Amino acid sequence: MDSVLKFLLTDPVIGLVKGLLVIGVVLQIVPLLIYLERKLSAYMQGRLGPNRVNLVIPYAVPGVGGLRLIPGSLQPLADAVKLAFKEEIIPKDADKLLWYLGPFLAFFPVATALAFIPFGTPHWDAFGSGILVDLRVCTVDISVLLLFAISSLGVYGIAAGGWGSGSKYPLMAAVRASAQMISYEVSMGLAVLAAIATVGSVDLQQFVMHQATQQFADLGLFSVPNWLVFSQPLAALIFLIAMFAENNRLPFDMPECEPELVGGFHTEYSGLKFALFFLGEYAAMILMCGLFTTIFLGGWSGPGVDPYATDGINALLSHVWFMAKVMFLLVFQIWIRWTLPRFRYDQLMNLGWKVLVPLALGNLVLTAVAGYFLNPIGVGQ
Amino acid sequence: MSAHTSDHDDAPAFEGDHPPMTASEKSYIPSIVKGIGITLQRFFKPNFTVQYPEQAPYDYASQDRAIGEVNPRHRGEHILVKDEQGREKCVACLLCMAACPALCIHIEPEPAPWDDRERRPKVFEIDMLRCIYCGYCEEACPCDAIRLTPKLYTPTTSRTERVYDKERLLENNPEAQVPQRPRK
Repeated sequence: MDSVLKFLLTDPVIGLVKGLLVIGVVLQIVPLLIYLERKLSAYMQGRLGPNRVNLVIPYAVPGVGGLRLIPGSLQPLADAVKLAFKEEIIPKDADKLLWYLGPFLAFFPVATALAFIPFGTPHWDAFGSGILVDLRVCTVDISVLLLFAISSLGVYGIAAGGWGSGSKYPLMAAVRASAQMISYEVSMGLAVLAAIATVGSVDLQQFVMHQATQQFADLGLFSVPNWLVFSQPLAALIFLIAMFAENNRLPFDMPECEPELVGGFHTEYSGLKFALFFLGEYAAMILMCGLFTTIFLGGWSGPGVDPYATDGINALLSHVWFMAKVMFLLVFQIWIRWTLPRFRYDQLMNLGWKVLVPLALGNLVLTAVAGYFLNPIGVGQ
Repeated sequence: MSAHTSDHDDAPAFEGDHPPMTASEKSYIPSIVKGIGITLQRFFKPNFTVQYPEQAPYDYASQDRAIGEVNPRHRGEHILVKDEQGREKCVACLLCMAACPALCIHIEPEPAPWDDRERRPKVFEIDMLRCIYCGYCEEACPCDAIRLTPKLYTPTTSRTERVYDKERLLENNPEAQVPQRPRK
């Protein structure tokens, strides 16, 4: 048994399993997220939301019949089936290559960038075999840089889809989306730079270790962990705002503002290509929430998690903490979407360039100065 | 920028105009916090949705009534009233036909086989698609033979089904308000 494990737990196998696991989990969260989005928005507006396509256990209650579990819980499945059987219409003027590439370019960078998010402790002794497994798909020392490099490619998907449609509204939406995503990437990058200066590393696993091993304040009853949301509150706020803009969600959903641009960059898409755009959008939400969790909310650390322990229970608990934080942020994103109205395009650019970038720059300078005086040898431990 | 979206900055301040925004108002953060508080409160309040085929629509005219009950004075579909012997009360005087502003009632009289009246309707049709549910036929009737019931909706799949004949009007049951489908 032990030798079988040793044989199986080679690097390629571990990497493959982790990759499939992450993609699988994200693809499973997306329908849940769509259901949550529709249900939460309905309840916030005094409606019921989807409640007809139920998960039914037939003949569960004797005399009455089937047991309806969660009202409307199979709605995403019904939507997916509907999309799969929809006729695909390609516009006459479409640029075929870009048209076909668009949805893939929208989903592929997000799926790739997910590889750098640590979803558990860095050294889990896999099934007691003595092989330490780092609970993230891709173990590199520059994961922050790589993640940003790859995830910013996502804008090409939107641009290609909008341009390739050969239609006016998608084109305008694509131009808007490109401008918006590039603008907010600047402030997001500057906010993360301040966080990097605090931690002294560009490795996301080091970010979590930094937050898990130190303590921000001791309140007697419990100690506040050194999450960067406490030591870098301004950077966290800027990142949070830029995160909404990067995900193209209200109040910054310029690329698909329905009242102005019909359906935005995916107006002309139908069927499974539209579904892939949708999937990419929600996967990007999960990615950004995972990133915010990792950088500012302590990642997988939490009460009961020992960052140096190697046992399976500890690894599982760390993963549960990570998912709980991500789910909270996802619900928060949905919550904000159904609360705030949309920004006008010039207001959006004003906020991005005239408010967030100077704030983020000031924050970075402040961090550098404070780091020099508090820790002259070198920031980070 | 079009003309109707003029800036308020260069417009002269008049009485009742909004005071200039403070720094905290300009940052939007207090109002965003307030906003998400409102949606959170709303989340836990009951919703207004009426599940139509299972629940009858809410009657806004009677706020004291529970959701799903229709006002008993609601003017809905017609019924032809029967007398003690089970015959229709209608004597085919055509007064309702004359009173109808929508011209939706069509009556063809025939001699009645009974001693107490001279005529009875051979054909009595109401086009429910034309009817405006004004209740004038009810008022015009000298014999209390036609009434409007609170019956709201009876969905049909064709237009011809919406023309109710005499048998259907005689058998129209106001108790069967909505096609009830049990929902557990």
